[in-house]
Parts: sequence; structure tokens; C-alpha cells
Amino acid sequence: MTPTLAELTIGQDIGSRSIDVTRTDLVKYAGASGDFNPIHWNEAFATSVGLPGVIAHGMFTMGSAVQLVTDWAGDPAAVIDFQTRFTKPVPVADTTGTPDAGAVIEVSGAIGALDADAGTARVDLTVLSAGQKVLMKAQAVVRLA
Amino acid sequence: MTINPDLQGRSYPAAEVYDVGREKIREFARAVKATHPAHFDVAAAAALGHRDLVAPPTFAIIVAQRADAQLIEDPDAGIDFSRVVHADQRFVHHRPILAGDRLVAELHVDGVRAMGGGAMITTRSEIFALTAGADAVAAGDDSREAVATATSSILVRGEGQ
Repeated sequence: MTPTLAELTIGQDIGSRSIDVTRTDLVKYAGASGDFNPIHWNEAFATSVGLPGVIAHGMFTMGSAVQLVTDWAGDPAAVIDFQTRFTKPVPVADTTGTPDAGAVIEVSGAIGALDADAGTARVDLTVLSAGQKVLMKAQAVVRLA
Repeated sequence: MTINPDLQGRSYPAAEVYDVGREKIREFARAVKATHPAHFDVAAAAALGHRDLVAPPTFAIIVAQRADAQLIEDPDAGIDFSRVVHADQRFVHHRPILAGDRLVAELHVDGVRAMGGGAMITTRSEIFALTAGADAVAAGDDSREAVATATSSILVRGEGQ
């Protein structure tokens, strides 16, 4: 069911999603996006620049987090504005050869604002990994009927 | 290496055209673990009123980062890419990006602020779709419609940061 503006209230929960991340996912994202910064796939390079290890692309976290909103809205084109700040890196452990995730990103969303004149709802996302907020002010504005 | 303070206000004109392909939309959607059928199935996109596959909301980063590369690789800018950290990002969509779009991006440097020994640089990519046919474009017709505005701030860490 596609949500309609009239039935929404501020603070309403739109659901949550848990995203498993592996080193393979980061290589796929590097290829798909064209962002080949080695901090996202090379352990030795990442530690040499002072990181705890390979970290996820901020844009991977941002891009995967918004799927909660597109699926809820029913049409990816309904997301007309999406922003975030990147506050903490998401280290991804090397679990190659095992079925385990190298990191887990937990996304939940709630209605942060409604604008009846514009026909939009703002969804505020809470995005955590290992108990830390990795995105701040992650807000998606959605156009609804 | 220091950041050139005169960067603020600089712009880089639209350079090469980015052709949005269906398989690229599918590949990017899989890479961000998107499963919405409008990214994969033309009939599903059409059922929502779109002429072709719909790109995920952050797809414009591909075009925006190509535009940003003009600044980062500009020797006059003084930016050491290995010291760059992505601080924030925003996409405002004037209309969805669809397969078949031919996109160009104009890059504007909106802000340069010293931070410690480094700098925070805010850039804005204005992304347009060419609306003329290939022959008309080749003949110099640059008719375009606004598609998205991508704003990003990067922190260039100073020595010891």
C-alpha cells in the first residue's frame, strides 16, 4: 500500500531494515559507482592512513539506507531530496570465505515533518553500525499523493 | 600543500556527456542493495508512469563525482586526494534520472573554509539532461532540462589531522 499524506503523523515509524555488508559488497559498490579509493578495499592502505581497517564508502551507507524509504514510498522517483552528514566510518571486517557479515548497518525511519502545501513528507533516518550513529541528519523528502 | 583560497566561486563547465544505461542502473541498484522493481523491470517502471528504468536516489553521485574530479585533479586547487574525507552530501531531484538520459554536470565551488591545517570545500553539481537529439547535439544544440542538484562537502585534512 502506498502511503498518503493525510494518514501520516509526525513521529510515525515507517519501519526498519538491517543491511549485512561484506568486503565483496564494497568492491561491487566501487565498481558500480566508480569510486576506487583504496581505503574501501585495501587493508594495508587503509591502516597506513590511520583508519582501523577497510571502511565502507559513505555513499554506500547513504545509498543503501534510503531503500527503506523508496520501498515504503512505493516509487523511487518519489524521493525528491535526500541528504546526510557522514559522522563515523563503518569498518568492514574481512569475512571472506565465511557466511558472516563484516559489518551490519541498522536503518530505521520516522516521519520528521509534513508539508501539505508541497505534498511532501520528510522521513528522518537513524542509521547505526556497531551501536554508533554513522549518519547524522539523514533526511529524505518524499512526494506523496 | 595548501588549498587555494581563490577556489571559492570558481566553476567548471559541463564536460563529457554521461549516458545513463539500463544495465548501469541495475548494477548500481544491486550495489546499494536496492530491490525496487522500478530499477530493474521496464514494465514495472512504466506502471508507475516512467518512460524507462528509474535510477536509485543516490545514482547522481556517479555524475557528481566525475564533475568533482575536475576540481580535485586541478593542479591549481592544491587538493591532496589521499587526504579527502566526504563530510556531507545532498541530492535534490528536479525530476527522476531515467535510463536513456544523456546527462551533463556543471560544477560550482560554493565554499572554501579553512579548518585547522586543512579546509572544508563545498561543491554543487548542477546536473542537466540534454533534450536535443544526437544529431542536433553534434551540431551544437545544447538544449537541456534541469534534473538534479548534488551538493557535497569534502574535508581535506591538514598535516597531522
